[in-house]
Amino acid sequence: MSGGLGNLIKTLQIDTRLLGMIGAFIVISLVFHVATGGTFLTPRNLFTLTLQTASVAVMATGMVFVIVTRNIDLSIGSLLGIIGMLMGVIQVQILPDIVGFGNPSIWIITVIIGLLLGAAIGGFQGWLIGYLTIPSFIVTLGGLLIWRGGAWWVSKGTTISPLDPTFIKLGGASGTIGVTASWALAIVGSILTILFLINTRRKHISHDFAVKPLWAEYALGAILVGAICGVTAIMNAYLVPTRILERRFAADGLEMPEGYTEAYGFPISVLIVLAVAIAMSIIAKKTRFGRYVFAMGGNPDAAELSGINTRWLTVKVFALMGALTAIAAVIASARLGSAGSSLGELDELRVIAAAVIGGTALAGGVGTIYGAILGALIMQALVSGMGMVGVDSPLQNMIVGGVLILAVWIDIVYRRKTGDA
Amino acid sequence: MSTPLLEMRNISIHFGGIKAVDDVSIDVMPGEVVGLLGHNGAGKSTLIKILSGAYKKDAGEIFVDGKKVEINSPIDAREHNIETIYQTLALSDNLDAASNLFLGREITTKFGLVDDTAMEAESRKIMARLNPNFQRFSEPVRSLSGGQRQSVAIARAVYFNARILIMDEPTAALGVHETAMVADLIKELKAQGLGIFLISHDTREMMDLCDRVSVMKNGQLIGTERVEDVTEDDILSMIIMGKNPKKAA
Repeated sequence: MSGGLGNLIKTLQIDTRLLGMIGAFIVISLVFHVATGGTFLTPRNLFTLTLQTASVAVMATGMVFVIVTRNIDLSIGSLLGIIGMLMGVIQVQILPDIVGFGNPSIWIITVIIGLLLGAAIGGFQGWLIGYLTIPSFIVTLGGLLIWRGGAWWVSKGTTISPLDPTFIKLGGASGTIGVTASWALAIVGSILTILFLINTRRKHISHDFAVKPLWAEYALGAILVGAICGVTAIMNAYLVPTRILERRFAADGLEMPEGYTEAYGFPISVLIVLAVAIAMSIIAKKTRFGRYVFAMGGNPDAAELSGINTRWLTVKVFALMGALTAIAAVIASARLGSAGSSLGELDELRVIAAAVIGGTALAGGVGTIYGAILGALIMQALVSGMGMVGVDSPLQNMIVGGVLILAVWIDIVYRRKTGDA
Repeated sequence: MSTPLLEMRNISIHFGGIKAVDDVSIDVMPGEVVGLLGHNGAGKSTLIKILSGAYKKDAGEIFVDGKKVEINSPIDAREHNIETIYQTLALSDNLDAASNLFLGREITTKFGLVDDTAMEAESRKIMARLNPNFQRFSEPVRSLSGGQRQSVAIARAVYFNARILIMDEPTAALGVHETAMVADLIKELKAQGLGIFLISHDTREMMDLCDRVSVMKNGQLIGTERVEDVTEDDILSMIIMGKNPKKAA
């Protein structure tokens, strides 16, 4: 990197890998924007893109932990399928008979059962891996077949719909928080970001550590707040189509006022991704559990000799993966409004690809949460963009496969150059 | 004679049909350095791994200050202030110095989150004592030199008020200058009253640093002698022949 820009990045202490990924996303977006004649970088398409990315992004954060501990989870697509299916059965066929149709507690009970199921199945697989020392590749390959078969078995191949109307809001375009709440959230987010920067700086000064120059702190704060407000503005710029608004007014027996408009704002599923991302980043960087996950990935023997129970840690990592898969199952089935037995098919590969494109090293010990989410976004941008340009689906798969290999190669070269092995 | 700081009595362990350690007894007094010598596979590392909680013994007893203790895990060993510097250093290469130093014993904030700034500050304090040249606190230890990595491993053992220190080949990967630094450190810790078990292949170094040496061969203890009572040749013949020339005489 040339002197001036390189120094600037260094002073701001921005991760160059993060910059590279944002750069890749921008390049992909611009190419598709031109190729589609200006429909890719529109609020509408970006809104849809985030909706489509949500479920893979949630799982990718868990896959980071799994891969960092030198494991792999091939079962998550099937796990998503069976949990989605069971949640469908619970909310459509079981709960309405118990609590009454349309009862507001239906979605809550359903989600809680889903989360418990995900954590239990994931934890069980983790136990097979940690305590019975069966390789994770084998356990989760078995899981891939078992849970997909289970999803078919539960539904006998049928699709369960329609799902509970409140539940559906957790994944689809029908569940958005509107303009005002979106801006309120952006303001709160910006304030918390700034407080975090101030707090970090104070702590470093109190221990006499070196700190960035003050202008760099201001610049970083401005960039972050700008990013938050920018994304919010995009989400708030996508207007709800007039016919949907008319239908909504008609349902309430009202006439829609002339010139009335309404924007979507943040989808709930995107807020779920955001919450998961923040929680997982804190877990990774600021909890003992997260520290041990990375320690075990770096050197399992050292972790063991430091008194870390690596077997139990493996159970916890896979239980967490299972719980996140359940969240993804909520988002995915809610987005479609139905639970079919092929829900989540091939998701395991998309999730692994997202984590790996995001810089998670298969050798273990290295990976970031934000990287995995950006990786998921880049993959989805590629797939959506190719779909919009009219690339055939088989060719799409071939290109995504090629990009995955290319991304990992670039990563290897990058690590070699930075000595960051 | 006063009570040993630590005593391992009649320790045995098998792996499959092989007796890796067979009825071995060793001890260390406060402020004493006891060397463990023997060929590769003689059972030295296995014996100390029992003490550090990495392996579980099949038979025998361990006493700290004359009181019998059970050591079934690395955590148990740490609770009795037994710290180990492993030959492999046992560092997580992807973590920085402070994270390695505090691995398994992190400093946490009042919310239960790990406090990296506090841990780095503590690491800087101990490093200022052990290796004042050490400055690379925020890099993964992978990118450090052999001597710097050794400093991290030593700092980890010393920081938590060790009373009994096990050092398995602490100078094997080090240059002349760094080896001298470790030797100075051993003398300093000994003066502070720690009991140290030192494993090394370098007989000359052992004669220089240790008060007593215990020689092992094929899992058995050949003998324990005060260094002033034996010559380097006596020790070599114990290692090679498996016989104690003093007792034979």
